[in-house]
Amino acid sequence: MTSQATSIKHPGAVSAAFQKLLKNKLATVCFFVLIVLIILVAAAPLVTPYLPEDTDVTSRLAPGFWGKWSKNPADVMKVKADHPLGTDHLGRDMLSRLLYGGRTSLLVGLVSTGMGLFWGVIFGMLAGFYKRLDNIIMRFMDLLFTFPGILLAMLIVAMLGASTFNSTLAISIWSIPSFARMVRSRVLQIREEDYVMAVRSLGASDWRILFHHVFHNTLPIIIVVATMRMGSSLISISTLSYLGMGVPAPAPEWGGLIATGKNYLWQRPSLIVIPGLAVVITVICFNILGDKLRDILDPSLKD
Amino acid sequence: MGRYIAKRLGMMLVLLIGMTFIVFGSLHLASGDPAQMVAGASATEEDIAAVRTSLGLDQPFWVQYGRYLKRLVTVDLGMSYTTRQPISQEIAIRLPFTINLACAAIILAIVIGIPLGVLTAIKRDTFVDNLLTTTSLVGISIPNFWLGTMLMLVFSVRLGWFPSGGMTEFFWTPLGLRQVILPALALSTASIASFMRIGRSAMLEVLQSDYIRTARAKGLGKASVIFIHALKNAMIPLLTQFGTSFGALLGGAIVTEQVFVINGVGTYLVNAINTRNYPVVQSTVLVIAALFILVNLAVDLTYCVVDPRIKYE
Repeated sequence: MTSQATSIKHPGAVSAAFQKLLKNKLATVCFFVLIVLIILVAAAPLVTPYLPEDTDVTSRLAPGFWGKWSKNPADVMKVKADHPLGTDHLGRDMLSRLLYGGRTSLLVGLVSTGMGLFWGVIFGMLAGFYKRLDNIIMRFMDLLFTFPGILLAMLIVAMLGASTFNSTLAISIWSIPSFARMVRSRVLQIREEDYVMAVRSLGASDWRILFHHVFHNTLPIIIVVATMRMGSSLISISTLSYLGMGVPAPAPEWGGLIATGKNYLWQRPSLIVIPGLAVVITVICFNILGDKLRDILDPSLKD
Repeated sequence: MGRYIAKRLGMMLVLLIGMTFIVFGSLHLASGDPAQMVAGASATEEDIAAVRTSLGLDQPFWVQYGRYLKRLVTVDLGMSYTTRQPISQEIAIRLPFTINLACAAIILAIVIGIPLGVLTAIKRDTFVDNLLTTTSLVGISIPNFWLGTMLMLVFSVRLGWFPSGGMTEFFWTPLGLRQVILPALALSTASIASFMRIGRSAMLEVLQSDYIRTARAKGLGKASVIFIHALKNAMIPLLTQFGTSFGALLGGAIVTEQVFVINGVGTYLVNAINTRNYPVVQSTVLVIAALFILVNLAVDLTYCVVDPRIKYE
């Protein structure tokens, strides 16, 4: 079954996979949702006139555009055209907080996935390629795996203190073992392939075999795992922020917005519904993309 | 098999010790002076120095770590900075609620996830399979603290069907069931999805095996082949998933407890982290992780009984 996956050798295969991906309707939708999201978040100052920390004391807990159809006349009065998603308890514009918060969430997700990926791939490749290193590296990864769920990230935040950088670091360290395991098991297969022996007999150094030939062949699985990990990193940062261990208030972050909104659950549920939907939609898109990419890049993993 | 069990127990011990080292070491590096914390805000320099000596905090790292291990053996987890109570007692009060929540969630995950997994395997590559498999991605994409808040909004705040938080009884009592249902549901989505996926692939593999074909050939009904012959063997990968999921649920419970104001170890841990109560952080993390290791050990030992084919090298 794996022969199909290992036949992907050159970078061109990745772009071929991408073209295949765009033939799938669901994956295409997810891809464009993410592109639109990234554009909106990057162009936040053009979309909304307010900064996320700007307060407007005359308009607190205002409903968004949907307030126009509210049965409550007080709500209809409070609707303001320049706060399309309403305001929070300090009169801060929700759209701005959502978009600027999205910047933080996506950036933290990207950076932590990237850092976790970097070390995970290095550890995984070394463990898979050198039998001497395998035991020591993988036992250490097992040790990190014994901290269930978000516990390891919480321990790291407890050690370093709550800040955006520390939570990013915590999430990336937490991602290392899963990347390392995936890459290692792939490298163990690749190591036995004929072409590796062929390159070796041509006199290629270990270094070249590992970081050129083996790396290229682990690329499909790396792309799949990284895409899905983006989703869980986003959930993790919003969870940490929700618990007060991630991005410190008053800086906006999706999880933090939910934590603040929870105090106004009864009066203005949109304060938690909207940022929550933002997280869910973004994470679903990453996960569906990852899932479809896996079907294309490594069909052996499907069933 | 005896050797396998001995080896497995030894490995568990190594993992446990490694874990204590990581937990102790990482909080040893943490900023803030524990002696200052114990002595209180109004303490003088001399007071703090006296506390430091009395707690042995002036000793080198290895000495402190050794003493820590020694105390752990006697289940002495130290004192909480804030309440001045023994941490082991405080954890003993809270842990049952966390386990209660995790157990309720894993029951939900099994009861919903496995039948869906079997269904998608039988209906492989049909519309139902594609729909459910894609929907299961939604399960792993919802942050459980948000889902919990939404369930609370709909079923407690709006409809008033369930209490909006708190936990005073276990899930097998009528009140306990009402209290646990929303948090357990919020917590279990990711596990439902994983049970479904693992169940699906395990079933697919078993359904292709020879003995299933034999069972079919001798004229057994479809239902009895699937539920009696196939499901039994598909249970083995699901057993592994049980261990993994239980850990994930323990970790997730930390967050869900916050949402539903449940006084379990998760709430205890989060408060401790926010107040820099390091001995509590240390012990709580250790207890949760140790519990996870024990569950996985139990799963591994169950294998020996369930699946004699396994080779114990």
